[in-house]
Amino acid sequence: MSVPSGTGSPSPAIELRGISKAFGPVQANRDIHLSVARGTIHGIIGENGAGKSTLMSILYGFYRPDSGDILIGGKPVAITDSQSAIRAGIGMVFQHFKLVQNFTVLENVILGAEDGGLLRPSLARARGELKRLASEYELQVDPDTLVEDLSVGHQQRVEILKALYRQADILILDEPTGVLTPAEADHLFRILRGLRDEGKTIILITHKLREIMEITDNVSVMRRGEMVASVRTAETSPSQLAELMVGRKVLLRVEKTPARPGAPVLEVRGLKLTDAAGVERLRGIDLDIRAGEILGIAGVAGNGQSQLLEILAGYPEPGAKLSGEVRLKGEVLPLSGPDAGARREAGIAHVPEDRQVEGLIMDFSAWENVAFGYQDAPEFNRGLLMDQPAIRRDAAGKMERYDVRPPNPELAARNFSGGNQQKIVVAREIERNPDLLLIGQPTRGVDIGAIEFIHRRIVELRDAGKAVLLVSVELDEIMALADRIAVMFDGRIMGERLPGEATTSDLGCLMAGIEPGTVMPGDMLPEDQPERAG
Amino acid sequence: MERMPKWADVVLTPLISLALAFGISALVILAIGESPAEALKVMVEGALGSSYGWGFTLYYTTNFIFTGLAVMVAYHAGLFNIGGEGQAAMGGLGVALVLLAVPWPHWALALPAAMVGAAVFGALWALIPAWLQAKRGSHIVITTIMFNFIAAALLNYVLVNLLRPVGSMDPASARFANPTHLPKLTDMARALGFEWGKNTPANVSFFVAILSCLLVWLLIWRSRLGYEIRAFGKSERGAIYAGISPVRITVIAMLISGALAGMMAINNVMGEAQRLVLNAVEGAGFIGIAVALMGRNHPFGILLAALLFGFLYQGGGELALWTTIPRELIVVIQALVILFTGALDNMVRMPLERLFAALRRKGA
Repeated sequence: MSVPSGTGSPSPAIELRGISKAFGPVQANRDIHLSVARGTIHGIIGENGAGKSTLMSILYGFYRPDSGDILIGGKPVAITDSQSAIRAGIGMVFQHFKLVQNFTVLENVILGAEDGGLLRPSLARARGELKRLASEYELQVDPDTLVEDLSVGHQQRVEILKALYRQADILILDEPTGVLTPAEADHLFRILRGLRDEGKTIILITHKLREIMEITDNVSVMRRGEMVASVRTAETSPSQLAELMVGRKVLLRVEKTPARPGAPVLEVRGLKLTDAAGVERLRGIDLDIRAGEILGIAGVAGNGQSQLLEILAGYPEPGAKLSGEVRLKGEVLPLSGPDAGARREAGIAHVPEDRQVEGLIMDFSAWENVAFGYQDAPEFNRGLLMDQPAIRRDAAGKMERYDVRPPNPELAARNFSGGNQQKIVVAREIERNPDLLLIGQPTRGVDIGAIEFIHRRIVELRDAGKAVLLVSVELDEIMALADRIAVMFDGRIMGERLPGEATTSDLGCLMAGIEPGTVMPGDMLPEDQPERAG
Repeated sequence: MERMPKWADVVLTPLISLALAFGISALVILAIGESPAEALKVMVEGALGSSYGWGFTLYYTTNFIFTGLAVMVAYHAGLFNIGGEGQAAMGGLGVALVLLAVPWPHWALALPAAMVGAAVFGALWALIPAWLQAKRGSHIVITTIMFNFIAAALLNYVLVNLLRPVGSMDPASARFANPTHLPKLTDMARALGFEWGKNTPANVSFFVAILSCLLVWLLIWRSRLGYEIRAFGKSERGAIYAGISPVRITVIAMLISGALAGMMAINNVMGEAQRLVLNAVEGAGFIGIAVALMGRNHPFGILLAALLFGFLYQGGGELALWTTIPRELIVVIQALVILFTGALDNMVRMPLERLFAALRRKGA
């Protein structure tokens, strides 16, 4: 394995030798070797479930490796918990921030790193330090704002500040752009470049090739728990990395005939939602979906797609104020909820974005999950009791038709892989033969084989003359499946495109909230951006 | 990917916990200069060695089955009902009112009516905490604890000011009429032609408790409501996705839980005391928590755990009677059993899981 050398520094900032970690029968990391040179940005890329997060959790002391050594600055260290990771100079910015929402920025920064029993001296010191860091690295955040009042991008800055305040030399960021708008992501990248130029070492975990190509110096690829390659970013290409990630050529194309749209199934007019905190999440959505077509909604996560799905599925978030009109086959649907059961009866099926929290009860067996949401269905009940033999038969049939492995209805949902869990949900919802299928992130954390299978089922449903609303943050998936593409940004539909005529950069502009035709130099897409030296 | 075999989960873990609790109890008994072997002998003989002992053990067991089932039903909905004590006390009030209001001609008519009274009062006492939890987010652990105190105070008032017969100095209701007295197990044995458990309080309620185990099992694992309760208990967001109303399930599960706790009153109030006295529940509501924990929130497990705690209660009483071991020590033993089987469950479970994982790896 080629190990890129750093910029003149003799010993690498981090070196991993033969790290292995198993969870029961699952080998999450297998004999990982990695060398990260000082003062570089090192990308680690891999599909969901490739073992990236496990590896980083080992580095941060959440897990102990079964075998292998960690060397920081050439010296072996034992990282037993996050405290020892911090002492070794490692800072971590998690995908889900670990901030106290009702503390100020300053209080969050010193949390766990107070100088003594009294807060005042720590706060004063932190205030000075924050000011210095802010001017040095474009990390401006008002130290006295409550974290809950900050945007996601600013909260992330607080996480970075926390790490720097603890004198981290090595900064690990886990999927940092997943929740950011493109403009926020660009700002983050400027910060990271600044940190690198000051000699910090940065490890960037992501599954987005574009980010790797744009910002990293070196990149390592993980696949199924193994480190399959480490290369200089300048010497590789996105297609080569993609191939390394999946182990074969990516072919995300779905065989389908042109759509033959029929009568409108879903009509949404002026749909607005203000959440319990008073934030307007949907600012007037207009949508039409006809029978026999797939409408894909593209957008960065967190721009209102989840709220739209929840409203249509009959359970808007509690405390939210709603206005507008939703019609299903001409009938007005009541917006007050929650009553997901009534929507199912009306002919709407829903594959939720988070199958482990909503779509399945993880401790329930597969057959119990096949009745989930349809527990009132007459064929699943017999008198006062549920008809367990009938549900088991139904589950066995669905699992066979959807090639769920292992095909054992008695197994608890949590014992299936992500792809097979999703197949159970998709089978349950599609086989109800709904008039409208709502499907959110259908292939998140799902292996390639299952992706193709699920995509085929969605197209089959469309061909049977049903309407499909597809929400996905994977642009490739939207491009491959949708008959029309609507792009959501900040609670609005920014525009609609046909997949044939839409280009990635055109959609990217819409996803970033830029109206087509307007040119805003500061917000241009990174591809077009001139390199800014630090 | 089962962590360990089922038998180890439901049989081995509680047995080891129990052995640990008894082991430490033995050390405590040694420390005060008594013989643990002698103490165990007294307990076993006193609780299980004669039909007389069994008559008391089964009486206590009946109480604990009801309160254990109450904790279990709420637990499956993700709710921790600590209010079994208060709900059982109010159930007693329900029984007393039903039995005193109507001149019942026969116990077979009085029993169903008393059960309804007990269940309704227990359920209503659980309704307010349930409603507060479902609608206002007031934590049910806090509210049910508070309702235990309110129930005790209310009962005190009712007994002293309303139900006390004129001229009586005792804060207790009048004695229930003779026809409402439930047959004791000893009477039933005599009807079958043999002597069993003379002068013991175990009565026909024991069979109602066993039947309740079966019905609760059907409810939780075979009915649609049970399915919805379990789904809600595992994941509230999942339940909402599936069209299950959190408010409805919270209220219904707590109503059932309160009703079960209240039903205990047919044993202690109607079956044994035959009048309503102060503090009739005697902590059985709290023991129900330990029983449900130890019984793995399964009716069959609860039956066994209730039997164990029945044995501890009766055996402990015998210990105080026949040895110089002070009564307080019996409470220590009971507390150790609760501590090890309930609170410290993971202390035994996790090493066991690791052991089984290691064994499997070696085997594979």
